[in-house]
Amino acid sequence: MSSNTDAIRELAQQDYKWGFVTPIDEDRAPKGLNEEIIRLISAKKSEPDFMLEWRLQAYRHWETLAKSDGEPKWANIHYPPIDYQAISYYSAPKKRPTLKSLDELDPEILRTYEKLGIPLAEQKLLAGVAVDAVFDSVSVATTFQEKLAEAGVIFCSFSEAIQTHPDLVRKYLGSVVPYTDNFFATLNSAVFSDGSFVYVPKGVRCPLELSTYFRINAAETGQFERTLIIADQGAYVSYLEGCTAPIRDQNQLHAAVVELIALDDAQIKYSTVQNWYPGDKNGKGGIYNFVTKRGACRGRNSKISWTQVETGSAITWKYPSCILQGEHSVGEFYSVALTNHYQQADTGTKMLHIGRNTRSTIVSKGISAGHGQNTYRGQVAIMKGATGARNYTQCDSLLIGDQCGAHTFPYIEVKNSTARMEHEASTSKIGEDQLFYLRQRGLKAEDAVSMIVNGFCKRVFRELPMEFAVEAQKLLSVSLEGSVG
Amino acid sequence: MSLLEIKDLHARVDGNEILKGVNLALDSGEVHSIMGPNGSGKSTLAQVLARRETYEITAGQVLFAGKDLLALKPEEAACEGLFLAFQYPVEIPGISNAYFLRSAVNAIRKYRGEDEVDAIDFLPKLRERLKLLDMDEKLLNRSVNEAFSGGEKKRNEILQMAVLEPRLAILDETDSGLDIDALKVVAQGVNAMRSPDRAILVVTHYQRLLDYIVPDYVHVLVDGRIVRSGGPELALQLEEQGYAALESAAASSGSAA
Repeated sequence: MSSNTDAIRELAQQDYKWGFVTPIDEDRAPKGLNEEIIRLISAKKSEPDFMLEWRLQAYRHWETLAKSDGEPKWANIHYPPIDYQAISYYSAPKKRPTLKSLDELDPEILRTYEKLGIPLAEQKLLAGVAVDAVFDSVSVATTFQEKLAEAGVIFCSFSEAIQTHPDLVRKYLGSVVPYTDNFFATLNSAVFSDGSFVYVPKGVRCPLELSTYFRINAAETGQFERTLIIADQGAYVSYLEGCTAPIRDQNQLHAAVVELIALDDAQIKYSTVQNWYPGDKNGKGGIYNFVTKRGACRGRNSKISWTQVETGSAITWKYPSCILQGEHSVGEFYSVALTNHYQQADTGTKMLHIGRNTRSTIVSKGISAGHGQNTYRGQVAIMKGATGARNYTQCDSLLIGDQCGAHTFPYIEVKNSTARMEHEASTSKIGEDQLFYLRQRGLKAEDAVSMIVNGFCKRVFRELPMEFAVEAQKLLSVSLEGSVG
Repeated sequence: MSLLEIKDLHARVDGNEILKGVNLALDSGEVHSIMGPNGSGKSTLAQVLARRETYEITAGQVLFAGKDLLALKPEEAACEGLFLAFQYPVEIPGISNAYFLRSAVNAIRKYRGEDEVDAIDFLPKLRERLKLLDMDEKLLNRSVNEAFSGGEKKRNEILQMAVLEPRLAILDETDSGLDIDALKVVAQGVNAMRSPDRAILVVTHYQRLLDYIVPDYVHVLVDGRIVRSGGPELALQLEEQGYAALESAAASSGSAA
């Protein structure tokens, strides 16, 4: 008879359900990083001179960083040194193996898709199955593009934007995350391969929720992606960045940069569900997800809202932040981070209050299972001119089992006495009594755990677009599956 | 064959033997009460029957509807129709009462090979049961037991029982913490659930509850054994004389009880 404690231990020993290995043919540049490689990347993409210059400046800065302090050392994460000269910085869009039908796909992956409730047509797209008559992704994508074009919204790959809208790129690139920002952002600035570009013109409410899903065939962004989203005055856009799909990157390091810019009365809602390969149950392999995400509320009454559900990656290092410059601007951060096995997450946000009457809300929910280490790191800074600024922070940790850890590092800096700050924090453990109660009502142990976890995350899930919220809930359940007897 | 048949049940927790040979049989349609002083093993018995894994069974056998109950997991026992109304109901933040109840119903239906019910079909039944317990519909949208008063929690237990319609309902000290009005409402709910297809086991310290839920049989548990069984009059007798007389009787008769 296994006790609930054993059951919890078993839960924590669960395998990555998306794990599949496929030999991939890649067109790679030689390993290593130098000016030639930067020139090669820029040339392959036929970039204008300003881009090459910018990349080179970033590269030269990175070189000095690499020679001095190297990577940031303050995070509560541990990993062996990364050999940046052993990485290949350019790989042509990887050719995914094309399958003739889903029958050729690993049945295990199919079961996962079904569990996640991904529609068949979408499953085919994700698995890289050749598009057949049943599902014409080209026409779907076209309809989508036409609808956006009608509204005047630009939504394309970053490479495309550099060609078609160089002025916008030039004006905003690096304006929120400068290439000197931090080691990984600097590296990204030098070598970024592709990403997404969005511009929503004045007064336009983007008629669709923008999702990377629609471009999944068009752009294989890979390791160093870069996203730039601009909402002009009075514009609104909701952007979904998702990888509930079993996208498995061969490479270890994933250093992305996301910049958001909201002008007067503009609103950007950015939602992420991150499920990169977390490594095996002994902590071997997995993605280092070192990401810099920052939004600037430049205008009056502008609003930027980050929502993230982070369940994947061996290490997550990311702090989606808001610079609240415009008066009455609002920044929000809603986060669920789950670490299982030997996963490590050091994540949180920065809210920088510069303008008067700026407001920010932080809700962070960390879940640790197995040997997972989960750190919330948040900074709220109220600058001198930010009269009437307000912040509310709630940061809760949930522990499953007795071998994981939860850590909280809130930094608060107040330079204006009119500021109002609220901070709430809690740490709890899934109790044997809670599990027994739910099981006595007929729920299986693992369903009981996922119900408790979902309840714990509810405040954050509420912020996700409906279909994403459903996926996120299922994803959490799948990630915790097998955790209890 | 009895619905529930307990034979020489021994159980311990953290090395301490709590149940020292319990024998008891319940038939469908009957209401039994287990009474006893604090620490006699009443709640342990209730939790062991609900398959709480913190208790170690050292000897004995329990048949529930002919099945070996001790071989079942808690959720399996629940799906077989065993329900425990908790003495201390647990809070589940962020999960609405309505969602929780429907999940429980569907888990049980699934176990039995029946189709799941959707929210729309489920709601009317839930409303009808709420009325039975004089409960506010708003409680359905609140998180399970979170910020419920003591009385609301106990009523919520009975609501769950009424919705799950078990074959055997075990009420563990359901009267504790209830004022007289709440007690009457809870008792009324339990009485409404009395049926020829259902047995109810009322575990209580005080006779008070039995004024409102009149049992067919009363058993007195002292030091891990049932030392006396009788009709409802036994409860009244205990109320007058207290447990002390029985406790000393149990002590003097040793393990022969």
